Amino acid sequence: MSTLIDHHGEADTALKRDTVFQIVRRDGLVLFGLVVLFLVVVAAVAGAILTNSNAAFDPAAVRLSDKLLPPLSAVSSIVPPESHPPFGLYVFGTDELGRDVFSRMLQGASVSLLIGFVAVTISTFVGVLVGALAGYFGERKFGPLSVDSWLMRITDVFLCFPTFFLVLTVIALLPPSIYNIMIVIGLTSWMGTARFVRASFMSLREQEFVDAARALALPGWRIMFVHMLPNALGPVLVTASIGVASAILTESGLSFLGFGVQPPDATWGNILADGKHLIFDAPWLFTIPGIAIIAVVLAFNFVGEGLREAVNPRLRRA
Amino acid sequence: MLGWAFKNLLSRLALLVVISFISLAAVHLAPGEPSEVDPSNPRIKAEDVAKIREAFHLDEPVYKQYFFWIRDLATGELRSFKDQQPVLPKIWDRFKNSLPLFLLATLLVWTLSFPTGIHAALRRGSRFDRATTIGAYMMISIPGFFLAYVLVILIAGKLGYPVVGMSTFGLENAGGMTRFMDRVWHLTVPALLSAIGGVAVLSRYVRAEMIDVSGTDYVRTARAKGLTEDVVIYRHALRNALLPFVTMFGLLLPGLIGGSVIFEQIFAWPGLGRLGFDAILSRDFPVIITINFFAAVLTLAGTFISDLLYAFADPRIRLGGGS
Repeated sequence: MSTLIDHHGEADTALKRDTVFQIVRRDGLVLFGLVVLFLVVVAAVAGAILTNSNAAFDPAAVRLSDKLLPPLSAVSSIVPPESHPPFGLYVFGTDELGRDVFSRMLQGASVSLLIGFVAVTISTFVGVLVGALAGYFGERKFGPLSVDSWLMRITDVFLCFPTFFLVLTVIALLPPSIYNIMIVIGLTSWMGTARFVRASFMSLREQEFVDAARALALPGWRIMFVHMLPNALGPVLVTASIGVASAILTESGLSFLGFGVQPPDATWGNILADGKHLIFDAPWLFTIPGIAIIAVVLAFNFVGEGLREAVNPRLRRA
Repeated sequence: MLGWAFKNLLSRLALLVVISFISLAAVHLAPGEPSEVDPSNPRIKAEDVAKIREAFHLDEPVYKQYFFWIRDLATGELRSFKDQQPVLPKIWDRFKNSLPLFLLATLLVWTLSFPTGIHAALRRGSRFDRATTIGAYMMISIPGFFLAYVLVILIAGKLGYPVVGMSTFGLENAGGMTRFMDRVWHLTVPALLSAIGGVAVLSRYVRAEMIDVSGTDYVRTARAKGLTEDVVIYRHALRNALLPFVTMFGLLLPGLIGGSVIFEQIFAWPGLGRLGFDAILSRDFPVIITINFFAAVLTLAGTFISDLLYAFADPRIRLGGGS
């Protein structure tokens, strides 16, 4: 999505606090997105703490007597009291091993969000670095080509690999671990950021405040990252927000093929992928994580679009 | 123009060599190789592993393997590690299966997104506009396989139409019409699913472009001249709004080979995506590398064609002419 619409990206790309508030107040979808994100972050933090410390919330506790119970079922009398689910109730039902889906969703919230955030941090870092260097040092020669040509050729190389296929190749060949998934998703999605950071740095480079900074003999990195970067940050935030959404989707796709985060760690993607075998017997194993993923991905997309409107006055509604 | 095309093609060729070398090196240097797919099998002894490594040139350094790969690809001698079948016919067979899926999906994307996007832009803020906006966001936010399962349950489960595989087993002697409709049903659902993401993105893009153009000075001038609204929209605004999409015909090419692994897996469709996926699972290096190579060829050809098309469609753009 992002790469398709950022051709508007010139104009005034600095974020202004007042416009952000205005857009949030007027646009119900952006507000919905922010509310959902807030709830999910709370759930993820609470989930990370509770599932690690409280036995009632143990997402890996197997209770074979209570397998495949529908949502809101009470715990059966055979289960010893120390491994009862919270309030003695399976809020989201249980899976084929009698694990409490509510606890698993809580644990999955933090893992899924972590994958999204770390992957996007990596891709934003690489993208900003490549784009800033290419845009700022563009004409400087390095060997036969200019710095700009070198970096953009490298970007082209990455754009030529079919992304999902590349992710799949690397994940399948490397030992499966949650860190490999984050790193691979991050390293295959920085190209869009790099291209428009480069574009805005090329126009910022010619402006007077950059000349002034250069006249003060400030070092290049300081001009780039302290003076120029804040002026190009708007579109970066937009892409980052939408990037989190697509990283969560990519993880669920990998889980579907069996290359996602490995058990016993739960993510929303692998709960959903495991639920597909039981879609007729236990539809809640499929619908609950499915709806959770849709809600979070939608929320990130809405917030991203709201930010896009905030940084680009031409898209704003009259 | 010709000079530009020649220079551009040369640099793309250089890029292709780099890309294919990187993909070969990455696949070979990553842990895991064909001789280790089944390490727990007691019948495979150390000598057998050595034999396999020698037969596939796995002991040679990477740059030599690259030359072996190029030589075998050029002479058509490149064979799969797994079943010793030549790689090129293998890819071609799967490509013929992926092609109808790609064509139908592309057709759906282009015929659905343009009317939707233009209509939404002309009635900005209307109920239709809001509904398609939310619909588009829903479509890009649903995990593909979730939607696929829901559709399978609806269409195969409730309506009783066949969806999995390329055709129904046992219908080989049925009449031509029955067989044709059977193929159509098998094709429709996976194509629809592949198209949905594209429709969501492209219709939003058309809408944005149309709104952008509607605010320009020449559209205001056209209105001020007293032209009818239809002429303003279809002769002045639309023609300029469509310009960027000409280039997208070129960018479609890579889609030919990036067949969706997930949908082909769900619908048991023997296309290229699954060939690649199976090759990854069995460490079938020649197949992985060759599929990656063709994907890169199509991407580079696609961007080249889109640059050319843009120059033809928009006389303001002159390729390589003095700038």
